[in-house]
Amino acid sequence: MYNAIRLNETLVTRARAAAEAIADDIQRHIEEHTTDSSERATLRLLGVAGVNDIDVPLVNVVIEQARELLPGGVTRPFVDLMIRTGKSAQEVAEGVAAGALALDEVPAEHRAAAELRAAELATQGVARIDAVRRRREELVAACGEALKPYVYVIVATGNIYEDAAQAQAAARAGADVIAVIRTTAQSLLDYVPYGKTTEGFGGTYATQENFRLMRAALDEVGAELGRYIRLCNYASGLCMPEIATMGALERLDMMLNDSMYGIIFRNINMQRTFVDQYLSRLINARAGIIINTGEDNYLTTADAFEKGYTVVSSDFINEAFALRANLEPWQIGLGHAFEINPATPDQVVYQIADAQLIRQLFPEYPLKYMPPTKYMPGDIFQGHIIDGMFNFTGIFTGQEIMLLGMLTEALHTPLLQDRYVSIKNAKYVFESCRHLADEVEFRSGGIIEKRADDVLTRAAEQLEHVQRIGLFKALEDGEFADVKRDPRGGRGFEGVFKTRDDYFNPFFAALREGRRSGPPTGPAPGESVRASQEVAS
Amino acid sequence: MIVRPYGDTRDDGMMQFSFTLPIAYSVKAADVGKQFVEKLGFRDVGVAECKAIDPEFTFYVAYGRTETGIDPDKVKGDYLEVEAMDYYAINAFIKEHLGRKLSVVGAAIESDAHTVGIDAILNMKGFAGNYGFERYPEMEVVNMGSQIPCEQLLRTALDRHADAILVSQIVTQKNIHVQNLTKMIELLEAEGVRERFVLVVGGPRINNAFAKELGYDAGFGLRTTPVEVASFLAQEVARRAKNTAKAT
Repeated sequence: MYNAIRLNETLVTRARAAAEAIADDIQRHIEEHTTDSSERATLRLLGVAGVNDIDVPLVNVVIEQARELLPGGVTRPFVDLMIRTGKSAQEVAEGVAAGALALDEVPAEHRAAAELRAAELATQGVARIDAVRRRREELVAACGEALKPYVYVIVATGNIYEDAAQAQAAARAGADVIAVIRTTAQSLLDYVPYGKTTEGFGGTYATQENFRLMRAALDEVGAELGRYIRLCNYASGLCMPEIATMGALERLDMMLNDSMYGIIFRNINMQRTFVDQYLSRLINARAGIIINTGEDNYLTTADAFEKGYTVVSSDFINEAFALRANLEPWQIGLGHAFEINPATPDQVVYQIADAQLIRQLFPEYPLKYMPPTKYMPGDIFQGHIIDGMFNFTGIFTGQEIMLLGMLTEALHTPLLQDRYVSIKNAKYVFESCRHLADEVEFRSGGIIEKRADDVLTRAAEQLEHVQRIGLFKALEDGEFADVKRDPRGGRGFEGVFKTRDDYFNPFFAALREGRRSGPPTGPAPGESVRASQEVAS
Repeated sequence: MIVRPYGDTRDDGMMQFSFTLPIAYSVKAADVGKQFVEKLGFRDVGVAECKAIDPEFTFYVAYGRTETGIDPDKVKGDYLEVEAMDYYAINAFIKEHLGRKLSVVGAAIESDAHTVGIDAILNMKGFAGNYGFERYPEMEVVNMGSQIPCEQLLRTALDRHADAILVSQIVTQKNIHVQNLTKMIELLEAEGVRERFVLVVGGPRINNAFAKELGYDAGFGLRTTPVEVASFLAQEVARRAKNTAKAT
C-alpha cells in the first residue's frame, strides 16, 4: 500500500494481544456451556426439518422435551433413539413430537455405540455443507467473479417473490451482493419460522424456503450477467447457529454474524450470544461463508467522533472470536463506518482517517464499509451526496464490501429506483476514482495520521481495560455503544445450560476436520457470457 | 390566499417527479411517461430522463406545471401542537427544562402480542433510521414488551415514577384495541392517578383525534418515528412540570 498511514506498531501489537486475551477468557465460558438454539442447530445438522401441525419447528418441539438432558447435549440421547428404533433423524423427531417416542439419558452400555453412530452422522452432515460449498466454487468458476469492492444492497419488501424481482433488477443495475432484510424483530424470535413469506413487516422472514427461492433467483440472474451474485442474510439473534445451518445448506455467501451485536442492540443475553456465535461461526467457516460484523451500529448510539475507537476495539475482538471459530481471513468481513455529523468541519477527512486505519489494521480481510444512516436527511438530494462521499471514502481506502447508502434511508425501505440511483452513484464513484489512492500519499503528521493515531491509542487502552475487567463486566459497564447490559439479563438466558463433563456433540470436531480452504475464484465479470456468446455465434 | 408550487416564477406551478413504471423500455416509453404525468393534471410536461433499469422497468425523471393551488388557512385538523425537534434538541430540551431524565414506560397491552410498534419507538434500533428512546441519554426507558396486563403496566409506571406511559395496540380485529385502551383509562381513573402520567397510544389504526376521544393525551399512527413521540413527550412533560411549579 503506497499511501499507508504511518502507524505505531507497538500499539497495534498491544491492542491485538489484549483482544486475544479477552476472547480466550470468553472462550472458556463458551466451552463450558451450551444453549437450546445450539442444540436445535445440532438437530438440524443431523437432518431434522419441518414443523408440527401448529407450525412449531420440530427442532423446538424436541428440544423443549429434552431440556433436562441438554447439559449432556441432545445428540447422544437422540442418536440412541435412532439406533433403538431403527428410524431416521426426521422420523425420530416426528415420533417425539407426536408423543410416540421420548428422549432419555443413555445407559452406560449404549453410550459408545450412540457416540460412534453420532460421529458418523456428523461427518455426513458436514459433507452436505461441503457439497454446497463445492457447488458455489463451480458456479463462480463457470459464471464469473465480481470486481471488488462488491456492491452490496438490501431488499426489504416483505414478499419473497417481490424481493427476488427487486434483487434481480439490482443485480442487473450492478449489485454483487443482495441482503434480504428480515421482518422486524425476527432476531428476538426463539425459533426459525418455516416456509415462504409473502407478507412481512419491514422485511421478509429468514426461512430456509425463502433462502432457497432467493438463491435460485440470484443464480438465474448471475448466469445471465456472467457474474456470480452473492446472497446475504442475518444469523444474529436468538437463533444464530440454526440460521447459520440453513445458510450453509441453501448456499448463502455472506451472513451478518457479530459476536456482540445481539447483546448490545437487541438485549439478548450475553452468555447465550457468546455460545451461539461460536457454533454459528464454525458452521459459517465450514460453509465458505463470509461473515459480516456490525460495529457500525455502535456509532449510531455513541458519537462517532468521540467514540470511534470503540469500533476499532470491537473489530479486534470480533477478529479474535472469528479466528477461534476457524474462519479464514478472507471470510472475516469486519464491519465499520464512522458516521461523523456532516456539520463537523473536515468530516470527510476524519472519515477517511478512520476507514484507512481499519484497512491497515486488518489488511487481509474483506472489510465491510457501512453507509450513513444516522444523519441521513429527508432531503434526498442532500442524502445522495452524503452517500457519494461515503462511496468515495470506500474506494479511496480500499474497502472490499460496500453496503450502499440509499438516498431515501430516512424515509422508507428502498424503492426500485432508489436502489438504481444508488448503484449508479457508487459505480460512478468507484470507476472514476479507482486508482486515485495509488497516486497520493498521506502527509506525515497531518490531520489524518494524527486522528488515526489518536483512535488507535484509545482503542489499545480500552482493550487493555476490558482485558483487566473481563468482557462481561465491560458490557455491563456500557463500554461499547454506551449501552449497558446485565450478564444475567436480556432475552434467552433461560436457554443457557452449563455443560456436564460428559457433554457430547460431535459437530464441533467434524466442522473443523478436513475443511476446504480459500475463496472461490472465477473469470472477470461478463467474460463467461461473452465466451458463451462467442461459442454460440 | 391560494398558493402554488414555485419553480422560478410565482405561480408557475412547477414540480419535479421521479417514478418507475413496470414497462419494458421502448421507443414510445418517453411518451408513456409524459402522458401519465399529463393524466395527473400537469401541463407542459417534460421527460428529462427515461431509462430501462431492468428488462421490465423504466425509470423517469419528469417536470410539469400544475394549476392546482391551496389555501393554507383552510387546512384544519386535530393536530398535536408540537414543535418538531431532533434527537439532539430533544435531549438538550429535557436537560434544560426537566433537569433530570424523562422516565417512560411502554408496552403492548392485554391480548396484543405484537412488539413491533413499541419496539419501533423504544428499542435502541428505532425505526426508519430514527433511533428509539433507549438511545436517548436523557430518557430512562422500560420496554415491557407485549401482552402486558394494564395492571402490570400501571404498577411498573408507578414504581419507576414514570412521566409517561406508552401503550401500543397493533391488533384491531373486532375493535379489540378499543376495549383494551378503554380498560387502561378506566384503571388509571379508578386508581386516581390519571393526571400523574402523560398517556400516549400508538398503532396503525390510531390517530390523534381518536386517542383524544378515548381520553388519551395523544395518539400516533402508522409510520410515526421516535422523534415525533419524543418531541411531544419532552414538551408536554416540561409544560406540566412548569404548571405544577407555578401552582405550588
